[in-house]
Amino acid sequence: MKALVAMSGGVDSSVAAALTLEAGYDVIGVTLKQWVGPDGEMPTAGCCTVADAEDARRVAAQLEVPYYVLDYVDEFTSAVVEPFAADYAAGRTPNPCIECNRTVRFSALFERMHALGADVLVTGHHARVRRDADGWHLLRAVDGNKDQSYVLHMLGQNELSRIRLPVGEMTKPEVRKLATSMSLRTAAKPDSQDICFVKTDYRAFLDTMVPDAARPGEVVTADGTVLGEHAGTSGFTIGQRKGLGVAVGEPRYVVDIRPATAEVVVGSYHDLLVDGCLVSQVTFVAGTPPASRSVDVKVRYRSKPLPAVIEEAPGSTWRVLFEEARPAPAPGQSAVFYDGDEVLGGGIIDDVLRADG
Amino acid sequence: MEPYLGELFGNPSGIHEISRRAKNAIEEARERIADALGAAHPLEIVFTGGGTDADNLAVIGSALARDGGVVTSAIEHDAVLQSAHFVGRLGHRVEIVRVDSDGRVDPETVASAVDGDTAVVSVMTANNETGVIQPVREIAKRLQGTGAVFHTDAAQAFGSLPVTAAETGADLITISAHKIGGPQGVGCLYVRDGVELDPVIHGGGQELGRRSGTHNVAGIVGMAAAVDAAVADRRRYRSVVGATRDRFEAELADRVKVDVTGADGQRLVSHAHLRFPGVSSETLLIRLDQEGVSAAAGAACHSGAQLTSHVLDAMGIPADQAAEYVRFSFGWTDVTATAGEAAELVAGVVETLQ
Repeated sequence: MKALVAMSGGVDSSVAAALTLEAGYDVIGVTLKQWVGPDGEMPTAGCCTVADAEDARRVAAQLEVPYYVLDYVDEFTSAVVEPFAADYAAGRTPNPCIECNRTVRFSALFERMHALGADVLVTGHHARVRRDADGWHLLRAVDGNKDQSYVLHMLGQNELSRIRLPVGEMTKPEVRKLATSMSLRTAAKPDSQDICFVKTDYRAFLDTMVPDAARPGEVVTADGTVLGEHAGTSGFTIGQRKGLGVAVGEPRYVVDIRPATAEVVVGSYHDLLVDGCLVSQVTFVAGTPPASRSVDVKVRYRSKPLPAVIEEAPGSTWRVLFEEARPAPAPGQSAVFYDGDEVLGGGIIDDVLRADG
Repeated sequence: MEPYLGELFGNPSGIHEISRRAKNAIEEARERIADALGAAHPLEIVFTGGGTDADNLAVIGSALARDGGVVTSAIEHDAVLQSAHFVGRLGHRVEIVRVDSDGRVDPETVASAVDGDTAVVSVMTANNETGVIQPVREIAKRLQGTGAVFHTDAAQAFGSLPVTAAETGADLITISAHKIGGPQGVGCLYVRDGVELDPVIHGGGQELGRRSGTHNVAGIVGMAAAVDAAVADRRRYRSVVGATRDRFEAELADRVKVDVTGADGQRLVSHAHLRFPGVSSETLLIRLDQEGVSAAAGAACHSGAQLTSHVLDAMGIPADQAAEYVRFSFGWTDVTATAGEAAELVAGVVETLQ
């Protein structure tokens, strides 16, 4: 059996490669070159740098497995970076990692796995894959703090049957301990936090990529009262409380972003509350919607899943009705449906729903 | 090479016995290489740290010495192209000449790009990716009387073509040891007597001040041996390696869809530059690597990823097709008997992907 292991140069995928080798697979290590500067070379700062690829290469050499860097720059630019910029221009808050997983990692790279004659695709994601009589299941990672099941919600039965996530079965300290015991050079490497194609300054990046959303504008209330000014709508996300640049007595939150007029609308916590959201591009891990439409829904990477009911709407769109009104999620983020530890599916938040309108 | 890494490990710039013997070894190597390149005098050979080093000296050194610009082709090795861009940043005019769809430079186009401010024209003897042989002699002829010096990077061509000052008509010729089975990290630049060059590497003034730095004695001795062997073997190389390459291509064409670059014109016998329509070169190279066949595509960047080839781009090949080209290189270690096996193996992999 042959395994294609996606190695980022981090400790998780290094350990994933080592465990896959230990499990008896013939391992091929690859790093995806996704983003280049104007010189056509990989970035030297931030994440997914030349140095990261070098770490991956050295780990592969240590494990004595072949290693290659694959060029996915065109796919990544058109499927991830350009929509990311377009989303910001539309006042949304995209999650590029999800788009990358959907179109690059678990689509283009998945095809590549077949073309290279490999049987499985292994990544260092923290999540678990299980199989029973009903089929394949995607579960939260053992380490709740590191769980990445949210960004994997688009995986279906076909993908899960060929994907292995060995480090999802371990806590992060266990991963590091194992890496240390195997003397992997990435054992103590810090976790990456950045969006891989944004070098260092998120703000400056958006200003360049999305100049339209970097236009100065006004901070207003729902009734049009001007409270202040801002340097560009891309600096804001729905629900944001800090850095609004307005001084009023009670806490204010971003409740709406209007890119056409460059307005950022703020309101009270009460104004922020919504009853549900509309979710598009919905897919289910099982291939079909769950029998029970009562689920827990997570509306961003780091948020607690809260109970909700999902209802099918026209198109592959679903309505998510929260059990209790909650602060509005940001359109562009993903809504992921859970049953306990299990990922049922999810999609992209298009709009919020308010009972009164 | 070995004595110069051990008992004769002397700095040739010193004055004691071992230094003298090291110095002598370099000068003997210089004479042999000068002879191979048809130089009028051994001191027309400047030893460098490889082909890139020699190209930098030729292009930048000429531009500095003559205070002028560069005319070169779009299919040059980056050692020449980047040196030309550097000269451009110094404020001189840099003209990059296009090539035809076969990857050949037109001498007339080159000549018409030259003006009174052109310090140096650089066109390679044969392209390192496609193997397509360039009309350097024609170019040299047309440059006569223009005042521009003519450089040719013959690193790729030297093993199979009779590269000499007279054959190429060039004033400056780059060769590289590792391209002809010699050690890595050593090369030389032939500099026709009377052609002025400013140094690019500054220091202790070795190589008559044209290329400073302590000599790589063992490398230079190894290079001379490789040059001698290459020259002695050229005729046989062309027939044996050429036959191997031709048989490889013919057997492939019998089994799978394949386009051969430069098949109609003159190209190096060592090169099979092929496109398998519908097959990503990236996937193919990895599959072949797993089978023990080393092929290449374009150049690799810092990370090791394959870069889109600027040579194919210059030939007007669209990016999606360019991503399907691979290069197989043939040499002394590949004998005719294995051409069939290699073709069999490559065709087998291509069939599963096409």
